[in-house]
Amino acid sequence: MKPLGKHNHPYIPNSQTETKQEMMREIGIKNIDELYADIPKKYLLKKTLNLPEALSEFEVKKHVEALLSKNKTSNDLPIFLGAGCWPHYVPAVVKEIVQRSELLTSYTPYQPEISQGMLQALFEYQSMICELTGMEVANCSMYDWASALGEAARMASRIKGRSEILVPKIIHPERTATLKAYSEPAGISIKYLAYNVEDGLISLEDLKAKISDKTAAVYIENPSYLGFIEEYVDEISKAAHAHGALFIVGVDPTSLGILKPPGDYGADIVIGEAQPLGNPMNFGGPLLGIFACRDDLNMIRHMPGRIIGMTSTQDGSQRGFCMALQTREQHIRREKATSNICSNEALCAVASAVYMALLGPEGLRELGETIMYKANYAMQLFSKIGNVRVPVFKSAHFKEFTVNFDEAGLTVKEVNKKLLQRQIHCGKDVSKEFPELGETALYCVTEIHSKEEIERLAEALEEILVGR
Amino acid sequence: MEGEKGMFKQASWNEPVIFSLGREGRRGHNPPKAEEAIRQAVGSLDALVPESMRRTRKIGLPELSEVEVMRHFLRLSQMNYGVDSGLYPLGSCTMKYNPKINDLLASLPSLGMLNPYQDESTVQGILEILYKIERWLAEITGTYEVCLQPAAGAHGELLGTLLMRAHHKLNGDSEKRNEIIVPDSAHGTNPASASMAGFNVVVVPSDDDGCVSLGALKAAVSERTAGLMLTNPNTLGIFERNIDEISRIVHEAGGLLYYDGANLNPLLCKARPGDMGFDLVHINIHKTFGTPHGGGGPGAGPVGVSEELAKFLPVPRIVCRGERYRLDYDKPHSVGKIRGFYGNVAVLLRAYAYILSLGYEGLREVAEISVLNANYLMKRLKGIKGLALPYNSEKPRKHECVFSAKPLKTETGVSALNIAKRLLDYGWHAPTIYFPLIVDEALMIEPTETFEKEELDRFADAVRRICEEAYTNPEVVLKAPYAAAVSRLDEVKASHPRTMALSWRMYLKKNGENL
Repeated sequence: MKPLGKHNHPYIPNSQTETKQEMMREIGIKNIDELYADIPKKYLLKKTLNLPEALSEFEVKKHVEALLSKNKTSNDLPIFLGAGCWPHYVPAVVKEIVQRSELLTSYTPYQPEISQGMLQALFEYQSMICELTGMEVANCSMYDWASALGEAARMASRIKGRSEILVPKIIHPERTATLKAYSEPAGISIKYLAYNVEDGLISLEDLKAKISDKTAAVYIENPSYLGFIEEYVDEISKAAHAHGALFIVGVDPTSLGILKPPGDYGADIVIGEAQPLGNPMNFGGPLLGIFACRDDLNMIRHMPGRIIGMTSTQDGSQRGFCMALQTREQHIRREKATSNICSNEALCAVASAVYMALLGPEGLRELGETIMYKANYAMQLFSKIGNVRVPVFKSAHFKEFTVNFDEAGLTVKEVNKKLLQRQIHCGKDVSKEFPELGETALYCVTEIHSKEEIERLAEALEEILVGR
Repeated sequence: MEGEKGMFKQASWNEPVIFSLGREGRRGHNPPKAEEAIRQAVGSLDALVPESMRRTRKIGLPELSEVEVMRHFLRLSQMNYGVDSGLYPLGSCTMKYNPKINDLLASLPSLGMLNPYQDESTVQGILEILYKIERWLAEITGTYEVCLQPAAGAHGELLGTLLMRAHHKLNGDSEKRNEIIVPDSAHGTNPASASMAGFNVVVVPSDDDGCVSLGALKAAVSERTAGLMLTNPNTLGIFERNIDEISRIVHEAGGLLYYDGANLNPLLCKARPGDMGFDLVHINIHKTFGTPHGGGGPGAGPVGVSEELAKFLPVPRIVCRGERYRLDYDKPHSVGKIRGFYGNVAVLLRAYAYILSLGYEGLREVAEISVLNANYLMKRLKGIKGLALPYNSEKPRKHECVFSAKPLKTETGVSALNIAKRLLDYGWHAPTIYFPLIVDEALMIEPTETFEKEELDRFADAVRRICEEAYTNPEVVLKAPYAAAVSRLDEVKASHPRTMALSWRMYLKKNGENL
């Protein structure tokens, strides 16, 4: 018997022997290797590579399922983790649409007439992101929030011809690392804004001290990485604009059902992570970077990424959609492009469009409220435990909040281990990221966490911290 | 004019923009509500959100029932064309079949519900999968270590150029080595990525065979050279036969050799970039390893590097001790991160299943049939009146071939663009057009291993008919398509400042309506 994988492979119709021979005859060759004759012989592999043996579809399925079943998910135990990739429910309609083969197996709509479905869905994604964030223009995706931040810094620097960006000290470490990698080659320097020890909010004094006519942009996150809501947005926005800098705001879009959209407080660019709008966590990827700006021609021309526009047929008889402003992009502008991005996260954007359409304005408001209620309920319960500080900062929090174990004399690592023994997975250890905050963890509560799970966690914490 | 009866006709629903559908008060989904006891305990939300940050007006989203949302997007999907619909010969994009089992596996909750920061003991399964993909990709590309972080090919290029920068910096050379060389046939992402990483771009021309001109390369290298970015086979589908010499010239000048993996498909398990002297290699998972392109993404663009460059790779690295997998952040020379977390895991998992379904022999067959298909189609298209095959028409191609419609354009006025549009009427996606830039009126055709001989024959017949039509009845071709969801679009209008509508809000503003 021939081994699986070569002859007559189900994915390769012309691997069937007679077909192959007919085609070779037509070309005038006896052996396919003749088509490789221009490759120096020494480079043509003679040995077998160390790769697995081909398996049948059934075997592949069993094998991968068995490996994945070694993982533990929130179906196995409650997991109170977010930190940039959040657990949310994905409605069935979203899953159904993104599995539609015509969308799933298409590529960038270079031929718009035959790709209207994808183009319209992406235009609707852009439009809905605009409504949610209060902006007027959005692109049809970046890789994720972190790379969107990198691109936003570069865009601000290009527009302003300035080389400094001010960012909060309390920011996701992965976003800072990515920002550094994106901005260093462009000669952009990053300055960190101190926070008020009491409430965690950006210190307006420090902002005043650091902002200058070198500042290309002031960046804030709302809610912040550690979950608290930045309050003095109007002051920060005014300060940025007074110095001729752009104001960039990063968002978790699930908060925007109840929080004021950045467009309403003067944001010039809004970025963020739209994974929670209809995309599973998938161990951190694919994600979906939001990128939106104001209706300002100069800004639009400096935007990175693909943008879909509404147009009409040449005879004017019908509305249609196509990629707009392609002269910004790498395939036309090459080394002068606004970004090198080509493949993006289009299908994730379609998922988010379907999600936003399903929830609508009321659903998104309710989602925000549910998260707000549940997270605050958890904070309330935990703060009743004697020797734990919840949250570390006296501010309003959305979805995520900090829990400090200094008084209990335990490390986050120890607490998490004990919780895991009780079949509860808890928050991210941020004590190394912010040593000044002591033994602190970042907990996440969303609409998927039930009252019982939150209470179980409170009991377990009490047992570990007090009753030991 | 629109072709005979019984031909392809795409669905055309004239589906309204979603903002003009639905009705105030309708609901498409009810998210879970907080339990009554929680609401009681927490009290008024107004007290919890600072006044300056409260949303005061309703979000301007449409309000639809679940039924309407489902129907709307289903109709949109029917106005789209994917690889499952038929031949998608988009050159350099490797539009191959996306096995359904891989989608099924990637949609399992045992992947979907995993948070990237979970305790290592709870994610051993996925770490093992990612670790093994890294090893397999290193084996396939002939590199020492592979990083899975990049989200796309261009993202891999950005990482690659940042790694080059880090390498020269460590050698104290980064100030001086500020140039990256790319051939004039390179993908646009190469110069764009080099420029993003802070390099100046130097372009070298191709010779009469469509390969990098050695003379020009020798003249271009200097002590300022950081590296050369090359795709091999190149964008003409031609293998760079002087790869040894190219590698020697670049390395002797102190530069690094970067492999743009967009065209790796024809070399799978046949030859390895690492063996040819490439120091860095990116892999387009969504091309070579059959993961769906999703209308533009998500893809994945892992980067493999030589032993010398491994220390610069982004953190974390997946390491295996005995049977345990863990994440290692302790890499002092690392360039840091180019995105959040570890990569597009759901895409990479599909590639894992793809490699398992094919194995070494199967992957080799993928490469060979992709080349057989390209050369077969080239043979069938050669000699069609109006089409030329520039750059040594006798030489075998690898995964793709590039025809020029310049003779047709001169003789009939029908351009590569018009041929592309008319092909849509026959029920196919068009090839890549006007690329590579070194071919006038380019039609860049990559059939991949996916399509059967009969489909390739039908395609070749259609191209022949279209070219004949150009001579007999050019108007038909000039006004195509007729069978797509819409007729030819006004792309200028979409980008003109006066008519530009990049969102519904912007459209209403331009059309004098208030939100």
